[in-house]
Amino acid sequence: MSEETNKTDIIIVGGGPAGLAAAVTIARAGYKPIVIERGTFAGSKNVFGGAIYTDATKEIFPDFEQTAPLERKNIEHKFAILGENDSTVISYRNNPKDAVSYSVIRAKFDRWMAEEAEKAGAVIVEETVVKELLIDDEKVVGIRTELEDYYANIVIIADGVNSLLSKQIGFREDIKPKDVALSVKEVIKLDKNIINDRFLINDDEGCIYELFGGSMLAKLGLGFIYTNKDSISIGLGITLDELDGTGIKPYELLDKIKSHPTLAPLIKDGETIEYSAHLIPEGGYKKLPKLSGSGVMVVGDAAMLVNNMHWEGTNLAMLSGKIAGETAIFALSQNDFSKETLSKYDKELKKSFIMKDLYTYRNLMDVMHDKKSVFMDFYFKKINTFFEMFTSVNGIPKRKLYRTFIKDFIKERGLCGLFSDGWSVLKLIWSILVK
Amino acid sequence: MNLDKKLSTLKYTPDENSHLKPTQEDCVSCKTRSCINACPAGVYEWLENENKLLVKYENCLECGACRIICAKHSLNWEYPKGTKGVTFKKG
Repeated sequence: MSEETNKTDIIIVGGGPAGLAAAVTIARAGYKPIVIERGTFAGSKNVFGGAIYTDATKEIFPDFEQTAPLERKNIEHKFAILGENDSTVISYRNNPKDAVSYSVIRAKFDRWMAEEAEKAGAVIVEETVVKELLIDDEKVVGIRTELEDYYANIVIIADGVNSLLSKQIGFREDIKPKDVALSVKEVIKLDKNIINDRFLINDDEGCIYELFGGSMLAKLGLGFIYTNKDSISIGLGITLDELDGTGIKPYELLDKIKSHPTLAPLIKDGETIEYSAHLIPEGGYKKLPKLSGSGVMVVGDAAMLVNNMHWEGTNLAMLSGKIAGETAIFALSQNDFSKETLSKYDKELKKSFIMKDLYTYRNLMDVMHDKKSVFMDFYFKKINTFFEMFTSVNGIPKRKLYRTFIKDFIKERGLCGLFSDGWSVLKLIWSILVK
Repeated sequence: MNLDKKLSTLKYTPDENSHLKPTQEDCVSCKTRSCINACPAGVYEWLENENKLLVKYENCLECGACRIICAKHSLNWEYPKGTKGVTFKKG
């Protein structure tokens, strides 16, 4: 088919939160964006922890709390520092009306977003893999699927963390194993009332666990638990280089963390109804790819927009999709799809909290890579040792207990080590808070 | 819970041809073969007798870990065809 007959305004590659947010935004302005999704339905290839965020989701779907398929409103956030067999848990419980996120089942939620996009006028083409972008005179002019070529004024790349399309046009280099986390997860079916009892929540209320240490002591990785209506999602993400030549298998780490004495009772007698895996881009600000060019913009995970310090991803995906959508509408109104016009997307992202937050944490992963064997091991264990000491009743005078704890602390890490760690943390905090 | 049991929770529509194509001569000389450990679905297995990498692509979760961890950068990694591969019912 010729370029003229097979041409549309906007093609969006990928039906996840970023691509669908872009689609909804553009469709509401009266255009007919085409979303190409490789799965049998939007959501069928998508995996996360996880949570969607009220603030970001409302920006795109103002009444989603009434209409979207939600699981539970997360009212409690627990931070569990797991030793080999012990743990220290810090917990924050919101006033339920101030809760900021919901757990969702992606196969339902993404599908719902796709239906909303269709209602607004977008076209969702499923079961279609985009093989490559079509380039003409350094401009992206369309896509090639398994069957056909399609042309568009703008292609929005929302093809996820692996983004082969960004790579094709040189927007990103090969991701290095240290800049990506492999996440594995199980969804475990449990009766709704058992979940309520075990997590001390009411119907429709949810609880999140962030898991530090445990099977990932001394490794750069974190675990998580989310509560769904009648299931629990438990998983972990580990930096891929931790698995490089080490003999450690990701699902074995998952099994080990599931059997930790602090967590095992939470999932006891549950039936695993789905196992899944997914990559999370964790390179942060310093590893961001090029975000726009002639006829093209990159959104969501494809643009590596993840704030791993705060477990945020879907919100950055949705809002980057919205901003790309607004930029596309502006470009269509000007009939100008040059890289200069589309660089408005970069500028708007920079103005938003998305780039500000990524910039704030730009040094985080460097410090963590450098210090993981200490921060993710020694200090986690010491937190637990402290509480073990503090709660012990063993006939040893308390002053002796304190002094032994402090002496061991200094001896084991060494003064140089402690000074070096303190300096790293101070520098990191300075870069987060000051400049 | 062993891996086979985990994978049995998934719905797969396998293709006739593999979407994962390692460059076997690179695998022979590869010192780490990190794909074997890293793959969350145990897709890769080294066949000592045949001196080649076995690819059980039907079990692939399409995460891309093997592509990134491949020390030789020579794993030809594509998505399965539009109607094929894994379908997550939860995600």
